[in-house]
Amino acid sequence: MADIPADQSAGIMRAADGRPLKVALARAQTRARRRAFLLVAPLLFFVLVTFVVPIGQMLHRSVHNPTFVDNMPQVAAWFRDTPAGTEPDEAALAALIAYLAAAAEARTIGAVGTRVNYEMQGTRSLFTAAGRRAGRLEAPYREALLDIDAKWGDPALWSTMRQVSTAYTANFYLAAVDRTRDLDGSVTRVAPDRAVYLTLFQRTFLLSALITFLCLLLGFPIAHLLATLPLRYSNLLMILVLLPFWTSLLVRTTAWMVILQGQGVLNNALVSLGIIGDTGRVELMYNQAGTVIAMTHILLPFMVLPLYSVMRTINPSYVRAARSLGATSWTAFRRVYLPQTLPGIGAGSLLVFILAVGYYITPALVGGASGQLISNLIAFHMQNSLNWSLAAALAALLLAAVLALYWLYDRLVGVDNMKLG
Amino acid sequence: MAVERGDAAFVAFEHVQKSYDGETLVVKDLNLSIGKGEFLTMLGPSGSGKTTCLMMLAGFETATHGEIRLAGRPINNIPPHKRGIGMVFQNYALFPHMTVAENLAFPLQVRNLGKAEIEAKIKRALDMVQMGRFGGRRPAQLSGGQQQRIALARALVFEPELVLMDEPLGALDKQLREHMQFEIKHLHDALGVTVVYVTHDQSEALTMSDRVAVFNDGRIQQLAPPEELYERPANSFVAQFIGENNTLPGTVETIADGACTVRLAGGELIEAVPVNVSAAGERTTVSIRPERVEFKPERLPPGARTVEAEVLEFIYMGDTFRTRMRVAGNDNFVMKCRNSIGQRKLEPGERVAIGWVTPDARALDPH
Amino acid sequence: MKRMLFLTSTLMCVGFAAAAQGELNIVSWGGAYGASQMEAYHKPYMALTGIKINSIDADNPATPIKAQVEAGNVSIDIADVEPSDLVRLCDEGALEVLPIDELPDGADGTPAADDFIEGGLYDCGVGTIVYSTLIAYRTDTGVAPTSSADFFDLEKFPGKRGLRKGAKYSLELALMADGVPPAEVYDVLGTPEGVDRAFAKLDTIKDQVIWWEAGAQPPQLLADGEVVMTTAYNGRIFNAMMEENQPFALLWPNQIYDFNLWVIPKGAPHKDAAWEFIKWSTDTQRLADQAGFISYGPARKSSSPLVGLFKDGKTEMGPHMPTNPDYVADALTTDIEFWADHDIELNERFNAWLAAS
Ligand SMILES: Nc1ncnc2c1ncn2[C@@H]1O[C@H](COP(=O)(O)OP(=O)(O)O)[C@@H](O)[C@H]1O
Ligand SMILES: [Mg+2]
Repeated sequence: MADIPADQSAGIMRAADGRPLKVALARAQTRARRRAFLLVAPLLFFVLVTFVVPIGQMLHRSVHNPTFVDNMPQVAAWFRDTPAGTEPDEAALAALIAYLAAAAEARTIGAVGTRVNYEMQGTRSLFTAAGRRAGRLEAPYREALLDIDAKWGDPALWSTMRQVSTAYTANFYLAAVDRTRDLDGSVTRVAPDRAVYLTLFQRTFLLSALITFLCLLLGFPIAHLLATLPLRYSNLLMILVLLPFWTSLLVRTTAWMVILQGQGVLNNALVSLGIIGDTGRVELMYNQAGTVIAMTHILLPFMVLPLYSVMRTINPSYVRAARSLGATSWTAFRRVYLPQTLPGIGAGSLLVFILAVGYYITPALVGGASGQLISNLIAFHMQNSLNWSLAAALAALLLAAVLALYWLYDRLVGVDNMKLG
Repeated sequence: MAVERGDAAFVAFEHVQKSYDGETLVVKDLNLSIGKGEFLTMLGPSGSGKTTCLMMLAGFETATHGEIRLAGRPINNIPPHKRGIGMVFQNYALFPHMTVAENLAFPLQVRNLGKAEIEAKIKRALDMVQMGRFGGRRPAQLSGGQQQRIALARALVFEPELVLMDEPLGALDKQLREHMQFEIKHLHDALGVTVVYVTHDQSEALTMSDRVAVFNDGRIQQLAPPEELYERPANSFVAQFIGENNTLPGTVETIADGACTVRLAGGELIEAVPVNVSAAGERTTVSIRPERVEFKPERLPPGARTVEAEVLEFIYMGDTFRTRMRVAGNDNFVMKCRNSIGQRKLEPGERVAIGWVTPDARALDPH
Repeated sequence: MKRMLFLTSTLMCVGFAAAAQGELNIVSWGGAYGASQMEAYHKPYMALTGIKINSIDADNPATPIKAQVEAGNVSIDIADVEPSDLVRLCDEGALEVLPIDELPDGADGTPAADDFIEGGLYDCGVGTIVYSTLIAYRTDTGVAPTSSADFFDLEKFPGKRGLRKGAKYSLELALMADGVPPAEVYDVLGTPEGVDRAFAKLDTIKDQVIWWEAGAQPPQLLADGEVVMTTAYNGRIFNAMMEENQPFALLWPNQIYDFNLWVIPKGAPHKDAAWEFIKWSTDTQRLADQAGFISYGPARKSSSPLVGLFKDGKTEMGPHMPTNPDYVADALTTDIEFWADHDIELNERFNAWLAAS
């Protein structure tokens, strides 16, 4: 006590060396904090580089597409300086044609055409065709352009070009929910034969919910067995559950094909058992059934593991207590066991649902047409159409939906109540 | 449920055996009858099969062989929830997702009682364990002792005639444990309920029970009221397990008319009551309680045989003195004396002659 | 967003791996076709030059090119693509412009520019084969379609059909089955009514279609009995018939012609070595060699006389070539510019059509 003098007059506690106690404490803690920060710094950096930056880039890309501005800056400037609906004058057309010629030369004409084509179907060829002949065009340019294709006179085309002439745009989000802008810029639905994303979002969430439910249905008894069986049996069972983790996707998918296809093992067995006729073979592949079956299999461990880790901590005496208090085994399960597994059910379901929403390889391989999910279209725009902005917008919507779900879960169940294992 | 015949036991185990793995018997030929209103304790070391017996009675384990009867009715095939037996678990098993009141309501709800009746019973049960104000709390918000009371209240709230308790006080600290022992005993007396109580703590068994069944190795070693258990252990296991005990191995020299003489390892001859010996020449262990050993000749009956003892250690314990001495080659022979007026403290190295009254020396089986 | 991460990181990894010298990364279509290139080009070239060729399979090798060029991480040196993709990628600046006048003359002395079949030479790519997409079926089930109309006739030929997943080929086949003569297919498809008409025709079999993506799938689907008939690349079916003795047959009428061409992505790591390989592999003899391993026609006229027997040493390749005069009468030649301009638009429409149930 004596070596920690209290500065009574000022009411400040001082450390042995005379510094105020608060300062000494802060200094001691700063050192500990700095060390802790150094320990997590690599992880922080890793997360930043692999997660935060790419997601930021994605979000940026979903509202930013400078293809048109970059390749045709003067034309873009003309759109910026004139009010909407202005007829293009000869000077603007001359600039347009000059750029078309230059873009054709630089081989960027396709990119420009593609950018306009994103917003207005069937316009890419206008640009490539005009680009090929732009060098030879002479005034009056309006007539010359119309001569190449009458569509150059379409106000809708000019309205679309005006829309793409700014680098920042919300149009990709509109497209991602099957909306487009019409001539006067107001938002409308796309033609029914082009609407696809809302259907797929809906299907994705419905199928994911179904898959989550099936995983729960199958995973619950498995997890319970795992938690209650003697170790040597439960280890074996655990290996079976984890098997999907240890086999490559291709092997698994091939296995599913062998089992599920029309002439596959399952159907052959059913036919030879006389359960179904040879003509009545069940379609389990290349449709939603295929997607659901395969994804349930793949995602099952993500349900089982959190459930298992929760169930393992539930003392069997709870159910025994309930039974001794007069509850039937069903009542004991429903009112005593089940409520205690809720944290595991919540964690497993959230995990499976979120993973299912983002899956695309399995549906692509076994889902046929009806088993495709929104991620397959994101992949399509990433890899085939290369409309990365639209892919980013779709992915951002998916991310938002998942975050919303997480928020809802937190409100209803509480994230603290989640047990991931 | 009522006992039909006056002499029939309320709970009866008849030739009950239990094996978990089909190789070893965890419970071996158990025969036990428990009277209505009795407080019976199963006492024994860990792994001796006490919990197994309790679980068979509650219906969570099935007997491999034999019959268990409750109020004269065989219950081997009755599921646990129809047995109407209250149970208190070592970890209390209070449902963590329910409040205290909901926990207590549970057995009443599954019995389809009316709302008002349920509330009345909950209130009475909570008052009974002095927890009236805690109905709205979750188990996690209660201390260990409070949880214990709630577990007790829950086991009693539906008024079972039989309550089973498996080491219910095992998780409490010493002071609280002793307090709860008293309360449980008090409740038993007040309600007249039959209690089967499991513990490995002998002082708990002795203070609470009407009768104690001492378990070891899947068998009941002795079934007796606490006093008899302490005073007259039936074998050396019970003698060792209950209270402190000095053992002197030896050989029976003569035996006749409820008395025998035993030649100890050091050649000394002592007198003892034959319990597990029947013929001269048998090996035996003579058991003597430390507090029944005397070293002052005037306090021994005239003509009593004495044995030479060398004092090794003197321990001051407040109310008592413990003197460790070497007797007939046994270095751990303990004598316990009350710290009464004028009590003499023996010095290490001192040699004294010690003795006892013959009924306190019991010739038991050699182990 | 996980996808994007995945893609970026994969591209980065491949990018690093390809940095070594003396290597060429060639992306092609895999399966029997990839094997024929391995035998005819890659193995001899590796033996000749010591350059290591990494052969990589893709469902469509054009797909990763733009992604790599955009990401600035090109690992592919050479890709084997269809002309429509070539034109589209070339227009968007994703391909190297090649000095095609450096290509060797034909064996008969014809300058390269004249030796290649019309549509087999571009300033961004050099043709290797002529192949066709056509209807294939099993001969052992009593199913013997005789026209593309039969492909859409579920009453006469019940059962599942295989179609390549995508607008290209599906729409053309639908229009021809609906009675549009091959010469008018692209005129019709150029109008909104024509597109509607093609999708309406596809609607009639939509619930019976198994969509395939990789060229190796159709022979497998046929072999497994999963489909009674399917569109397929003719060489894949030929090889399954020759090498696995599969009871398959091809329906030549209304076959859809196309080329495969070598291209070099913009910024390819071994651009010069890639061009050397392309010059070598597209000479008269090499192109003729490939036809010995798969029934695709060589892109040079001068190679045709050199095409002889299949590698089994007894099968005449002539009757199995898409270029056989007997088969060209009602064949359809893919309109490259049409697809370059309409590929994205029609595929988006196709996706929407596919997703609508
Ligand atoms: N569920 C079980 N499965 C297998 N063996 C068990 C089981 N429960 C108890 N045992 C074994 O039975 C013996 C008696 O256990 P138990 O009745 O719990 O003893 P106690 O309650 O007296 O400590 C011990 O050897 C124990 O290992
Ligand atoms: Mg026990």
